[in-house]
Parts: sequence; structure tokens; C-alpha cells
Amino acid sequence: MTFTKKQRASETIPTSSMPDIIFMLLIFFMVTTVFKEFRGLPILTPSARSTEKVEAKRNITYVWTDKNNRISIDDKIVPVNMVSGLIGEKYAANRRLIISLKIDKEVKMGMVSDIQEQLREAYALRINYSTRFK
Amino acid sequence: MLLNKRKKKQTEITSSSMADIAFLLLIFFLVTTTIDMDKGIDLTLPEKGGEEVKIKKGNIASLLVNAAGQVLLDDEPIDLSQIQNVIKDKLDEKGYDTEGKPLLIVSIKTARDTDYDTYIQVLDHVKIAGVTKISIAEPEQ
Repeated sequence: MTFTKKQRASETIPTSSMPDIIFMLLIFFMVTTVFKEFRGLPILTPSARSTEKVEAKRNITYVWTDKNNRISIDDKIVPVNMVSGLIGEKYAANRRLIISLKIDKEVKMGMVSDIQEQLREAYALRINYSTRFK
Repeated sequence: MLLNKRKKKQTEITSSSMADIAFLLLIFFLVTTTIDMDKGIDLTLPEKGGEEVKIKKGNIASLLVNAAGQVLLDDEPIDLSQIQNVIKDKLDEKGYDTEGKPLLIVSIKTARDTDYDTYIQVLDHVKIAGVTKISIAEPEQ
């Protein structure tokens, strides 16, 4: 009767593929990184329980409104009647545009409504009221 | 006279430091990545100059919010915290269509001086109640 030789398992973890793994992680993070472009205005958004996450981050344009009724798009302070022109240009470039309205809690509804009317004029109908989780 | 032995040149590029370099880059991107998810309440505005859709008056629940933050639901004053329950009852009362969507439409109307915060609170309660069709009326002058 012959005994089969016991196979010796190698005891070292192969490190030759380490750079490949790390490179893959690196490339993942490089691709997913979105550098912040605009800082916007200092605002405090309202909180709501039905807050949902917004997908398609690359299609989002922010419209900031602070409590002094200043509107900021792309870091420029613009008057209300200029909103439709600016957003219209963006909509022409990207039909999947989502407008994220970053509006301060203390802003009055008259202002909000005026902005919405401007957005409707620009055909940017997908909006999102930026809120915090409650 | 002694002849120096010719040194053999190494022709390999050392690949052992490759991992270190990649690690450094990885850590840089890990640190600079800010995963701040955008979050909020989604809404689709109606088209400008679109056709007016006629709806049975019985299927509309109208919410009026005044400048002081007081709410009227179908002409009766209601507490903010009660909206959710009352709307839920109304939803079940009106029933659902063949696709399982509720028939009830909630119309929210505010005054021009109403706070945005109050409006969001009302909208939030209506959304939680399960209403899918929400109509935003233009504020009264």
C-alpha cells in the first residue's frame, strides 16, 4: 500500500497582486470623486421626515436663496427675473436637469413661488426642495 | 595591475515601491472624497401653459396655509400634527384606481407671506400620508 504524499500548502499570502488591488480601489475613488464646485450661500434648510436621497448627482443644479432673498446660481448673485434665462441655458445643455432648491427656512412663499414660476418658464420641471432628515 | 571587476548593472525597475505609491494616491482620494448625498423632497412642476385638467371636486382636498402658519383643510382649521391622519383617512375613503394609485388630490395653497418652513412641514405631512398627486397653487396676492 502506498501512501499519497501530503501536499504542502504554501503559508505565505501572495503579495504580488497587492498593487493591482490597490490600483483598482484607487481608480474607483478617482472615478467617484466629485469635487465641490460651488459653496453657495449660508442657509438653514428645513427638516422633513419624507426626505429622500437624490440620485444622478451630476444632473443637479443648485439654486440658493438665503433669508435676505438673495438668489445665487453658480456662485453669482442674480435677480429673480434672471433665473429663467440662466436655468434655460442649463436645460438646453442637459435635458435631465434637476433643480435643487436650497432655500432658507425663513424665506417667504412669495419668493419661492416666483422662483418656481421662473423655472417653469425655463422648462426645468424636475425640482427638489433641499431638506434635512428629521 | 588589478583589473576591476565590472559591476553588473541592474536592469529591473523595482516594483516593490509600486504598492506604496498606489497606497499614497488611494489615501489622498479617500481623504478628499466627500460623500455628501443631496437629499430633499422631489416634486415635478406642471408645464407652463399646459392644459387644465378637470377633476371632480369631490376628489380634491384643499389645504390653505396662512401667513401665521395656521392651516385650513377644506375650510376647517386643523392642527399641523393632525394633517397626516386626516389625509390618510380621506385617501382610504376616496379609494384607489386600477393601478393602485390614490384618487385623492391634495391642493396646497399658501399666502405670499407664509414661511417656507411651514409649507415644507405641510408638504411633508401630506407626502407621509401617501398622497402621490399634490397640486401647488400659486400664493394669493
